[in-house]
Amino acid sequence: MALLSKKDTNLILDPLADNNPITIQVLGICSALAITAELKASVVMAISVMFVLGVGNVVISLLRNVIPSKIRIIVQLIVVAALVIIVDQVLKAFAYELSKTLAVFVGLIITNCIIMGRFEAFALANGPWRSFLDGIGNSLGYGVILVIVGFFRELLGSGTLFGYPVLGDPIVKTGLYATGYENNGFMIIPPAALIVVGIIIWVQRSKNPALVEEN
Amino acid sequence: MHELKIKYQGKKMAPAFNAFHTFLFSPNDTTHGRGTHVKGADDLKRTMNTVIMALVPVLLFSMFNAGYQHYSAINGFPENFSLMEHFLTWDNFWIGIVKVLPLVVVSYGVGLLVEFIFAVIKGHEVEEGYLVTGMLVPLIVPVDTPLWMLSVAVVFGVVIGKEVFGGTGMNILNPALTIRAFLFFAYPTWMSGDKVWVHGARERAEQIADGLQADAISGETILGYLAQNKGAEMSSFYDTWDMFWGFVPGSVGETSAFLILLGGLFLVFSKIASWRIMVSAVLGSLVMGLIFNQVVDMGIVGETSTFYGLMGFEFWKHLLVGGLAFGIVYMATDPVTGSQTNRGKWIYGFLIGFISVMIRVFNPAYPEGVFLAILLMNVFAPTIDHYVVRGNIKRRMKRLKNAVILPKDSDSKKEELKAETV
Repeated sequence: MALLSKKDTNLILDPLADNNPITIQVLGICSALAITAELKASVVMAISVMFVLGVGNVVISLLRNVIPSKIRIIVQLIVVAALVIIVDQVLKAFAYELSKTLAVFVGLIITNCIIMGRFEAFALANGPWRSFLDGIGNSLGYGVILVIVGFFRELLGSGTLFGYPVLGDPIVKTGLYATGYENNGFMIIPPAALIVVGIIIWVQRSKNPALVEEN
Repeated sequence: MHELKIKYQGKKMAPAFNAFHTFLFSPNDTTHGRGTHVKGADDLKRTMNTVIMALVPVLLFSMFNAGYQHYSAINGFPENFSLMEHFLTWDNFWIGIVKVLPLVVVSYGVGLLVEFIFAVIKGHEVEEGYLVTGMLVPLIVPVDTPLWMLSVAVVFGVVIGKEVFGGTGMNILNPALTIRAFLFFAYPTWMSGDKVWVHGARERAEQIADGLQADAISGETILGYLAQNKGAEMSSFYDTWDMFWGFVPGSVGETSAFLILLGGLFLVFSKIASWRIMVSAVLGSLVMGLIFNQVVDMGIVGETSTFYGLMGFEFWKHLLVGGLAFGIVYMATDPVTGSQTNRGKWIYGFLIGFISVMIRVFNPAYPEGVFLAILLMNVFAPTIDHYVVRGNIKRRMKRLKNAVILPKDSDSKKEELKAETV
């Protein structure tokens, strides 16, 4: 038996494109807008969410038969909160500058709709292995969009990638800046993320018309 | 061209050829004579061309003004100003040709290219909507705006401001103002301050920084002076008539209140633009200006306040400076993005004027707010219309309730009609 059956593979691949949490389900938009001005922050955010969602899904899945359904939201919150605190502490310990940039948004992973959504929709009804794959798949789908948005925003807004200048130095005018190019201040501000996400949604749906909703 | 059009009929590139065809010729296929068709000559093309005609004087003036501001900033303002000798000169016009015409060409070139691409992809006809936008854009940017910046902004404005909503007639925001707003937020150093409004000022500043011995060219706008509480210094350069005729620095086409007024009258009399929006916007700005003047008169805002310069500016002069007049006449009246109902137009226009002056005074970074005010009201225009329509329905329902419904008599059609039309 292969490690991943066809059904299991779909659990990971579906959320990457045709069932993407951000562009199709339109969940987790707030953090996608807030922290994607830099690529590094986007990647760290994606990894954090992957950890929380992957582990959280497994925990909820294991507990799914003992959680009374009346208080399941509270139990879910406790699990997420515990995991988020771990992520927050790790970031503060090993990447303090970065945790400054991400600021409150690490804490706000708790309220990320994707996480509660996957707990409710998937982990409560499936076994731990499948739940784990589902968590990884969805957080990958989330992360892909974050990285794409972060890539364009950092490249066009600051002329850097992961903090390294790739277009030259804007102050002494080298590289592309020597030709008169300037950074686009609009890409730094959050509304630009909304527009970039919108363009991704637009491109995706025109490639695959089956995704377009009926009015 | 007729043949080309027929040759490409039904092919993928057909919209592009059709567009060129309608642009250059009157259509060769007309509705046939049989049947009852009312043929109006005032199609979209006619509407757009009328607005462009109203813009041509402003464009010509701005080309002269670009040169006039440039040379005045270098050589000092002429002592005894005479129109023919100092303003309408070939030197001035040449600067206009070198600096302003490229803006127009790039704006049209890039904008129409985007429109053509979208028309071909989507297979619809190219609409004439960009003809006016393309003319407005060069007139509302500073004269030294780099052309690549303008191109980027035009692509953004046409795609995000218009095409995603479905093209001309479906857009929520005015595309020209979307372009201006994009430029403002993306490249603020090129859009504000005292180095962008006069051609050459920025270059000169860089040369001085490199060690050139020369006077800096200061090209502050009137609002810029006022925002820094330098009203006295400003009035030593420009008097009120300069502001009215437009011999002041500013965005390319916004300076001449006189020509804009003429253009506005032309648009009103040709019934292209709504006089309600224009009048109410003027009223709105006057009211806000008066309120600020009162605040200053009552001594609430002292001379040391950062708002003193702009708040104390006589209320009617707000109409003469900055982009307020241009925005009211050419952009607030955009029939697509504005309010559609008559009462809605009054509210819409009034708030544009009111908010413009408010932003002008309170915005610390940039003493102008017309484009922001119009964009904001563009967003609210459908809401205003919604409530106006609902209010109207409510009023008529009330009337209907109180009306005496006459007994229906199938013979007296007249009375039946009366009851129905109450």
